[in-house]
Amino acid sequence: MATQHSRAAARMMISPAVILLLLWMLVPLGLTLYFSFLRFNLIMPTGNEMVLGLFGQGLRMPGPEDLTGWDNFYWFVTDPSFQAAIFNTLKLVGGVLLITVVGGIFLALLLDQPMWGQGIVRIFMIAPFFVMPTVSGLVWKNMFMNPVNGVFGHIADALGMEPYDFFSQSPLLSIIWIVSWQWLPFATLILLTALQSLDQEQLEAAEMDGASWWSRFWFIMLPHLARAITVVILIQTIFLLSIFAEILVTTNGGPGVATTNLTYLIYVSSLLQYDVGMGSAGGVIAIILANIVAIFLMRMIGKNLDA
Amino acid sequence: MARAVTNRRKAINTTIGWTIGLLMFFPILWILILSFKSEVDAIRGPLEVLSADWTLESYAAVQARSDYFKHFLNSVTIAVGSTFLGLLVAIPAAWAMAFVPGKQTKNVLMWMLSTKMLPPVGVLIPIYLIFRDVGLLDTRLGLVIVLMLINLPIIIWMLYTYFREIPGEILEAARMDGASLRDEVLYVLTPMAIPGMASTVLLNIILAWNEAFWTLNLTAAKAAPLTAFIASYSSPEGLFYAKLSAASVMAIAPILIMGWFSQKQLVRGLTFGAVK
Repeated sequence: MATQHSRAAARMMISPAVILLLLWMLVPLGLTLYFSFLRFNLIMPTGNEMVLGLFGQGLRMPGPEDLTGWDNFYWFVTDPSFQAAIFNTLKLVGGVLLITVVGGIFLALLLDQPMWGQGIVRIFMIAPFFVMPTVSGLVWKNMFMNPVNGVFGHIADALGMEPYDFFSQSPLLSIIWIVSWQWLPFATLILLTALQSLDQEQLEAAEMDGASWWSRFWFIMLPHLARAITVVILIQTIFLLSIFAEILVTTNGGPGVATTNLTYLIYVSSLLQYDVGMGSAGGVIAIILANIVAIFLMRMIGKNLDA
Repeated sequence: MARAVTNRRKAINTTIGWTIGLLMFFPILWILILSFKSEVDAIRGPLEVLSADWTLESYAAVQARSDYFKHFLNSVTIAVGSTFLGLLVAIPAAWAMAFVPGKQTKNVLMWMLSTKMLPPVGVLIPIYLIFRDVGLLDTRLGLVIVLMLINLPIIIWMLYTYFREIPGEILEAARMDGASLRDEVLYVLTPMAIPGMASTVLLNIILAWNEAFWTLNLTAAKAAPLTAFIASYSSPEGLFYAKLSAASVMAIAPILIMGWFSQKQLVRGLTFGAVK
């Protein structure tokens, strides 16, 4: 009786959250899916003959039009900038993951060691994570990587070297660098948390048995960290697939499409070129990609929930 | 003998640690310094910058030229508003799932988390069009709603993990002693839940403050929070190092301080309990 009563009450308490999230998920998702099969351009008919001409239909009124089947997907996927964007996305995500995971393991091991002023060092190392993306993008681009006025430019000058123009010579690498700076603290913090839960006696026993530091790291610490590393990779991938602000304020996706990732490409085709149909097709592809990662992440979280 | 070795190792660790820590912190330190320099000095070499005169003119200029305070208030409204609105919805839900778990609780929780994995760009267009049609584009209310919804799974999740740590026996004991549901919530549950709720609030304000996809795409001049305001400095004609630094320092300082207090919650909130 009482439990049934409280069950009902519980359901009442959960329902607002469930309804809100359900609406938030289903309505836009359904619309994106719907738009992706429409010829739907927000530009007035006289505005942009080139874009509309692509569809071989001449000029049309703006707004939802007749269904076009898989046309939007076809045009989106066969567009050369789509392939470039996919590769850029992979390089961006892969590059940042490599730097942050390797660097994060190193920094976590370092912070786990006794040192003077450990708390302050940790605060210094974590700080970049709290800097908003637009600030870190602009600060790195102008104050550091600018070949004339940036700190790196000045240092190169002082050493008598030719200043390196980061954003025109290796734009994607520059963005990978900036994003890594933001996410290295996250990886460090999580790996440090995991490292601190390692049984110290196990390490001491291994040391007494004559295991070198390297073999203790390789056979005890790294296996212990494996789970945390996986979590870092999965969570960061979810966020890194959606990198947007750093690109917007530094390169606008350029030069050409050199720094255009999938997120940015969709933004360009929908909000700059007003091609809602194409943009939505891109959105559907982005959702599928993110879901592949999410499935693995959810499985890990689910396992932990049982434990 | 052993003691000396440990101290030497400690000294080495300290040197490496401080070097790397300062290097990682340097960009933040540098804009702090630049923000107190004049525009002419700010583009000089590092040594000349350090020896140049200190001034507050950039801070005054940022406010005078672009009404910095308005954007700051927008950020506060959006971050605090979305967090508390989220809390209003999340507290009952998390409470119910933690204390009256049913067969479906785990699935509901997992499903809620899965909404967080949706890439924002996948739903950008519908949200943009809906907002345009109902007049929510470039309003603070619109952003409060969107940020509340994107952070709701994290808020519920964090509260749930905190609530679950409260032993159920205490609630039972209170009930046995004749406490009504209202008493139970007010005098037993709330005091124990406050630390967890505080860290949830803290982390979500940080996340909402730094959110830079929706804030950039759904605002123009009127409701733009600091993320979007700072982005306006990306145009070459608006490039002023000292003013950009001053604006940036003011934009990140409050969050940096809050962030340092919430290091531990960060792990809990962003890994959804997958790392302990």
